[in-house]
Amino acid sequence: MAELIRRIRRIKVLDSERCVGCESCMFACTRREGKASLESPRIHIRSIGGMERGFTVIICRACVDPSCMYVCPVSALKKRKVGGVKLDREKCIGCGSCVDACPMSAITMDEEEGKPLMCLYCGFCVDYCPHKVIGKEEVKNGSLPK
Amino acid sequence: MDPYLNRVLIIDLKKHSYRIEEREMYFKEYIGGIGAGLKLLKEFLDPKIDPYGPDNVIVFAIGALTGKFPMVSKTISLFKSPHNNFLGESHAGGRSAIALWQAGYGAIVIKGASQIPVYVNIDGNTVQFKDARALWDLGDTRTVGRIMRERTGRTGLRTIMRIGKGGEKLVSYSTVTTETYRHFGRLGLGCVFGSKKLKGLVISGKRSVLARNKQAYKQMYDEIYNLCLSTPTKKYHDLGTAGNILPLNSIKALPTRNFKEVTFEKAEVLSGENLATNYLGRRIACTHCPVGCIHLAVIREKYPDEPYFYKTSLISYDYEPLYSLGTLIGIETVEDFLKILETVEKYGIDAMTAGVVLAWATEAFAEGIISKKETDGLSPSFGNGSVYVEMIEKMMEHKNEFYKLMGKGVEVLAQRYGGRDFAISYRGNEMSGYHTGPAAHLTHITGGRHSHLDSAGYSIDQKILMEKKSITPQEMAKALFDEEAIRQVLSSLVVCFFARNVYTVDRISKCLKVFGWDLNEKDILEIGRKILIEKNMIKRDMGFDMENYYLPKRVLEVATPLGFIDPAYMKETVKYFKNFLFDKS
Repeated sequence: MAELIRRIRRIKVLDSERCVGCESCMFACTRREGKASLESPRIHIRSIGGMERGFTVIICRACVDPSCMYVCPVSALKKRKVGGVKLDREKCIGCGSCVDACPMSAITMDEEEGKPLMCLYCGFCVDYCPHKVIGKEEVKNGSLPK
Repeated sequence: MDPYLNRVLIIDLKKHSYRIEEREMYFKEYIGGIGAGLKLLKEFLDPKIDPYGPDNVIVFAIGALTGKFPMVSKTISLFKSPHNNFLGESHAGGRSAIALWQAGYGAIVIKGASQIPVYVNIDGNTVQFKDARALWDLGDTRTVGRIMRERTGRTGLRTIMRIGKGGEKLVSYSTVTTETYRHFGRLGLGCVFGSKKLKGLVISGKRSVLARNKQAYKQMYDEIYNLCLSTPTKKYHDLGTAGNILPLNSIKALPTRNFKEVTFEKAEVLSGENLATNYLGRRIACTHCPVGCIHLAVIREKYPDEPYFYKTSLISYDYEPLYSLGTLIGIETVEDFLKILETVEKYGIDAMTAGVVLAWATEAFAEGIISKKETDGLSPSFGNGSVYVEMIEKMMEHKNEFYKLMGKGVEVLAQRYGGRDFAISYRGNEMSGYHTGPAAHLTHITGGRHSHLDSAGYSIDQKILMEKKSITPQEMAKALFDEEAIRQVLSSLVVCFFARNVYTVDRISKCLKVFGWDLNEKDILEIGRKILIEKNMIKRDMGFDMENYYLPKRVLEVATPLGFIDPAYMKETVKYFKNFLFDKS
C-alpha cells in the first residue's frame, strides 16, 4: 500500500548553540501577517540566564500525541494527521488550558484577541534564520522520517 | 506612521514621578533618534548647567525605522557630558532599541536627581521606582544585571541598562552597560546616572505596528535583510572589527605605546584572526540584527588558592579595546588583554579612554612627571598587564588625588601634572585607534561627539592612501561634513553604522514610505544637514568653539601612512568645516 505523504512540515531546532539571539525568526512570524512586532510571535528566543550562556528556542514541535489537545474543554484543538494541532477559533473560549498543558511552553496567548497563538508550521521563520539554528522537517503521516 | 513613537516618557527622579506626553513633530519631521533627541534636549536642558548636578537631563530615543527593519537596532542617548562639559552623545544596541519601541515610546527624558539610589522599571505605561540602595557599591555590573533580571518581567524582550562602580564614583568617562556586552560607552552617561543616583533602567512592553501595505513591507524587508547578510556587512560577523588590527598594522597606522609607534611587533597575537581561532567562544547579536557582530572570548583563570579550580568568563572584544587596552599600552598576550578589559567591564568605564589614560600614566611615570608617590607604589610600564589592573582598582578606590584625577581623563591629568604633549585627546575626549592620516584626527576635532564614528575620517585617509590623490582642506572639510550629515540621518532612524552601506538614501526613503513617511532623497539629506547644524548650535550654547582645539605634539611627531600631519592643513580644514555649519544658518 502506497504511503500517503503530506507535504507538511514542522519546525525543527537544528542547533540552538548557533543562535545569536537576533530574534529575526520572531519578527518573521509576525511580519507574515503584515505586522512589525514581537508581541505575538509563535516562536520565542530567550537567553539561558544571561547572554553569555547562549539562547534557547521555543517552538511547537508538532507532537504526534499533543497534550494541548487533550486539555481543551471545548475540543477546539484538532489533531492533524501529520502531528500538531489546528485551532478552531470559533470554538475556542480562550481559557488558556492549552498554554498550561504544553510541556515546551510553546503556546502563548494573544492578549488582543484572547486566543492562543498556535504555530502554523508554515516555515516562514526558518527562511529568516541567518545562522542555521532552525530548519524545516518533513513529516509523513504523523511519524518522523527515520 | 507609528503612533506610539510620538510618545515621550518624562521621568522626574527628584519627585519619583512620571508623565507621558506627545511630540509628534519631533518624530515626523526629524524622524526620531538624534533629530528628536536634540529637540527634546533643547526643550528640557539649560546648556549652561553643571553636568554633575541635578539639572542635567538624559534623553534616550529611537527612530522611525526601529522595530520595522533589520539592523535598526540602536538607541541614542543625549546629555551634558561630565567628561568634556559639552554635548554628550552615545549610542548602544543590545535589546535597548526594540525594548523601548515595545514599551510604546519614541523617547525617554530623565530629569532631576533621586535622594536615594533607585532603578526604574518601565513596562509599557507602568513605571516603578525601585529601591537600589542594596545594589549601590555592589561591584560587578554583571551581578547588578542579574539581580535586576530576577526582579523584573518579560525575559528575552527587555533591556537592562545599569552602571557599575565607575558611575557611582563619578568617573567622568563611565559607561551605561546594557545586556552585559553593549555600552553607552563614551562621554560619561554612566557618570550622569551616578550623579542622579540612578543605578539602572529596565524597559519592556508589548507595542507593535501594522504596515500600510503588507506586500510592500515584506518586499522591502527582504531587500534589506539580504543585503545585511552579504558583503561588506558580513565581515562584522566573521572576524568583527578586530579584523582591523593587521591591516592597520601593515599600513603603519596602528597606535602603539601611547602613539610613539604605529606598528606593534605583537600585532599577530592581538589580531582578530588569532582571537577568533583560539579564543572565540560565542557570537551574539543585538535584537533584530541578523549579523551578530558581538564576539565573546573565553578566558579561563585558575584560582590561586586551590588546585584544579577554575573560573570561565566570556568577554566581548572589538577593535577599539584591542587598541586602547592592547597595543596602546603594549600588551603582549591575549590573556593580559582580556583581564584588563574584564576589569574595565566590571566597573563600567569607557575602554577607549581608560586605555589612553593608562598609556599617558605610563609615559608620565617614565618621564618622571609622576612618581611612586602618585601611583601609590606601582611602576607602570608598557606591557605589564597586572599593574594596569591594579591601577584601575586603585582608581575605583580613589586611592589618592592622582587616582581620583585618573577618573577624569588625560586632559585633567595633564593640566595638573603636565605632559599635555603626549596626552592624546581632543576636546576632552580621548583618541580612537587610528593614526591613518589627518582625517582621522580631524574627525575627532570637528565631530559632534569627538569620536571616530562622527565622520569616519580614518576611512577618508585610507581612500586617499589607495587612490594616491591628496585633497585640499576645503575638499576634506566637505567630505567630513557630508559624511557626518548623512550619519545624522542614520542616527535618527536609528540604524547601526555597520549597515551604512545597506541603508542608502534611496532605500531609506522606500523603507520610510512603507510606514507612512513621505520623504524623498533630497528631503532626507536636508534633514541630516539640519540636524548636524542644530547639534553644533547646542554645543555653541555650551561654550564650544570648534577652532579652539589643541593638537598634541606627539601626533605631529609620528608619521602617518600619508606622511606627517601638517598643523596648517588641519587649521584650514577646521575653518572650512565651521563655515559649512554656520554660514548658511
